[in-house]
Amino acid sequence: MVNLKVDLCGITLDNPVIPASGTFGYGYEFAEYYDINILGSLSFKGTTLEPRFGNPTPRIAECPSGMLNAVGLQNPGVEEVISTELKKLSECFFKPVMANVSGFSVSDYAGTCERISGCKEVGWIEVNISCPNVHNGGMSFGTVPSSAAEVTRAVRRVTDKPIIMKLSPNVTDIAEIARACESEGADGISLINTLLGMRIDLKKGKPVLANKTGGYSGPSVLPVAIAMVYKVYEAVKIPVVGMGGISSAEDVLEFMYAGASAVEVGAANLIDPFACKKIIEDLPRVMEKYGINDLNNIIGGAH
Amino acid sequence: MTEGFYVVLSNNKIAKDVYELIVEGDVTGISAPGQFVNIKLDGFYLRRPISICDYSAPDERGVGKITLIYKVVGHGTESLSAYLPGKRLDMLCGLGNGYDMSKSGDKPLLIGGGVGVPPLYALCKKLKEQGKKPTVIIGFNTKDEVFYENEFSGISRVIVTTADGSYGLKGFVTDAMKDVDYTYFYTCGPMPMFRAIEKTALTSGQYSFEERMGCGFGACMGCSCKTKYKNKRICKDGPVLEREEIIW
Repeated sequence: MVNLKVDLCGITLDNPVIPASGTFGYGYEFAEYYDINILGSLSFKGTTLEPRFGNPTPRIAECPSGMLNAVGLQNPGVEEVISTELKKLSECFFKPVMANVSGFSVSDYAGTCERISGCKEVGWIEVNISCPNVHNGGMSFGTVPSSAAEVTRAVRRVTDKPIIMKLSPNVTDIAEIARACESEGADGISLINTLLGMRIDLKKGKPVLANKTGGYSGPSVLPVAIAMVYKVYEAVKIPVVGMGGISSAEDVLEFMYAGASAVEVGAANLIDPFACKKIIEDLPRVMEKYGINDLNNIIGGAH
Repeated sequence: MTEGFYVVLSNNKIAKDVYELIVEGDVTGISAPGQFVNIKLDGFYLRRPISICDYSAPDERGVGKITLIYKVVGHGTESLSAYLPGKRLDMLCGLGNGYDMSKSGDKPLLIGGGVGVPPLYALCKKLKEQGKKPTVIIGFNTKDEVFYENEFSGISRVIVTTADGSYGLKGFVTDAMKDVDYTYFYTCGPMPMFRAIEKTALTSGQYSFEERMGCGFGACMGCSCKTKYKNKRICKDGPVLEREEIIW
């Protein structure tokens, strides 16, 4: 028997696999396809203080081994999320869930975190300071260490639950941002959000996406993500949640060797609704293949 | 919805840039005409959504035949057009809501434009099976693009229009609509045709929309639209929307 259990900020996960925010809705719709309680946890759709429709369509574009999205944080707002979405999720998922929150000002972040922190279903709060698809917010908080620190400080004040700051790869030095979050009391770092990208429609000579730019994700970003997880693992003492292009059990192990205590699976869910299930079921086989009997033994092992 | 492999039985050109692909596999995920499949193509990341034209009843193993008609518009559909019989296709099958047949009345009108014609075929067959008397109007730009006239004429009255008059009635589907007596309408096609129908139609009806999709099953919010009542996802809450809820 191999051990898949890992610890994330004091909460035990049955396995390290967590569907990434924005690729798994509020979870319950995947429960139509399989029992989602096999997941380590799930990070639900990015939630903001007020309802948001998001960007105009097209919001999606094909890329080499990946995709662009510019959804723009569509969500019904934190009150509706709590009263409707989390309620539906609690009927089919019985583990602590990761609440992903976003905002357009420091007080936005704090307000949403404070509200969602009160939900018993919420185990961790993942604070998205890295969305490339909204203007006047999102990524702008995650590209300057002082802003990242300010958001961390504000959310730290309003919750005792573990805070995981989700970072952008679109920066000069991601380690510096991670350290700024850690110094203000973050309990964990998750990375990477999507890479800023654009495609041009040659028939029109204009960007494919209505938002012009979008976030690039999928298997092609995996090496970028692993390098950044490796770097952040060395920069901070708090746990790292790795993500970026994961689509197999082998990919999970790579991230954990680089320093991830847990991983998030994103774009792969959109190509195959059973992606996380398949990865979890395949993990024991792949662990045995590489002589790993406990995942905890390989976290950061590549250093 | 079902996920799995489907075997290509045939993949033939039936009009200019238009192909008829017949596959065999699990059809138990299909619950209504107007649903679609999402196909994984070699060398491409995102799946390609294609409407279901026709499907057979499942045998004792749940297996049946599915007819898909697609137009080559980009690299993905171009690569699909080269797939040969025997090829295994990774498909999600039976996505979206499909048409609601309970509202059709006795004389439903089915209006298709170009590559929007296919999903109306299974709908027409099902309505006919229910004892309804459907009329079909299918519109194309020009004669080279016309397909499925014979298939429709075997089960219902069918009127073909071409914009340039090279085949059938010269003009648009809305020109043909004026002479038809109908209780309800179902349509699929391009937005300019929808706008013209919206001005012409005398009854309630249902429109099937197209949008660039990420997942095809409601997870990514890539294909959201606003309706009069709430935000909807074309892939999951659609692709069929009712006339009364659409914001033009």
